[in-house]
Amino acid sequence: MVEDKKYTTVSIPTPLFKKIEERIKGTGFTSVSSYVTYVLREIIAEDEESEEAFSKEDEERVKERLRALGYLD
Amino acid sequence: MISPHGGKLVERFDFSERAKEEAMELPKLSITIDEARDLGNIGHGVFSPLEGYMAREDFENVLTEGRLSNDLPWTIPIVKDVSDKDVDMLFKEDEVTLVYNNTPIAILKVEEVYPYDKKEYAEKVFGTKSIEHPGVANLMKKEDHLVGGKITLLNNPPTQFPNYKLWPKETRVLFKERGWKTVVGFQTRNAPHVGHEYVQKTALTFVDGLFINPLIGKKKKGDFKDEVIIAAYEALFEHYYPKNTATLGILETEMRYAGPREAIFHAIMRKNFGCTHFIVGRDHAGVGNFYGPYDAQEIFYDYPDLGITPLFFRSFFYCKKCGTVVNEKICPHGPEYHVNFSGTKIRELLLKGERPPEIMMRPEVADTILRFENPFVE
Repeated sequence: MVEDKKYTTVSIPTPLFKKIEERIKGTGFTSVSSYVTYVLREIIAEDEESEEAFSKEDEERVKERLRALGYLD
Repeated sequence: MISPHGGKLVERFDFSERAKEEAMELPKLSITIDEARDLGNIGHGVFSPLEGYMAREDFENVLTEGRLSNDLPWTIPIVKDVSDKDVDMLFKEDEVTLVYNNTPIAILKVEEVYPYDKKEYAEKVFGTKSIEHPGVANLMKKEDHLVGGKITLLNNPPTQFPNYKLWPKETRVLFKERGWKTVVGFQTRNAPHVGHEYVQKTALTFVDGLFINPLIGKKKKGDFKDEVIIAAYEALFEHYYPKNTATLGILETEMRYAGPREAIFHAIMRKNFGCTHFIVGRDHAGVGNFYGPYDAQEIFYDYPDLGITPLFFRSFFYCKKCGTVVNEKICPHGPEYHVNFSGTKIRELLLKGERPPEIMMRPEVADTILRFENPFVE
């Protein structure tokens, strides 16, 4: 089961693998896997979705407190 | 507005009287003030996406990978240690009430109780097993088991500075109301000298707002007292910052002194407050010589998915030849021209009741500090 393992295998074209091998020479990346993981994490993070955390009423309550504390005029 | 870490701002509280009454019927576990503060941080989303104390899978993944078990960056274990006596009780109970000073702070839904290896914890988080390291020394005093599970906050932890206590929901509304689309967070445990001010203002040049977020909590002997840090920043804001470009709010959690790992943790918390950028200086969250001067900057290259942009700074100093405050990237002159903002030197002068030179500390800030009988933790 994939879910039970910390790492799993994905397939990429061999020429791409070789290009990455060349690219990471002399960099801090120790393997093609670590490079691919880095790039994928970066891309996934860009697509991170956010839920609206609070309602209009909530926001008004917060503004009231911020005014009372002197943070807002 | 920047997404909270994990995509959702956690809110886990129930301040109703009924919840508090029900909690008093449950078995109780005593907690420290630092633990009470961190329960507040969980309940109000400072530690989003955490909803409670880490169970074993997350805890172990944080140690080995610097990530939660769902791969989200997270570097510092948020855990509750329990004594052998409490372990027996926790195996029998589904819920317990966490109590500080006779006040129920939170209900803990017990998910898992597990042993852990303190030496491995120390090595992975602090990079050392030496008990000379204050974080390791603190860890070695902990009990031998941890309890994991979600919490529900019942009462906010007590604070000495209610007027400066802002939770992430509040800072997010504040930034929005001020029209700040980009905000840089500044972590501090010091009263500001001129070097700090230059770092902050350099960063502020490129973003809409600056959030000074002093860390209030357990500190080392010789550190500035919390009330001194706040008063010193009030003076700096009044005299040297344009109105509505900077704001001050406290963060109550203990310093772990975990250097690079703590720098990531500090950045995550500021992301939850709504900051888009975070300042990382020399030896951030370090202590003694346990970490290299820029280790806490290097670690950010392992986290392309952190979701907050770190701003790396070298130390600023005054150059007599340039006639201004500079750093090694922009000053060509030798060390004979440089005056460093030595914390030790500033402390010595303040302890003698003397103002540090104006090139080191603003006179209004120095005078504010000197009004305190003893500005340092004893």
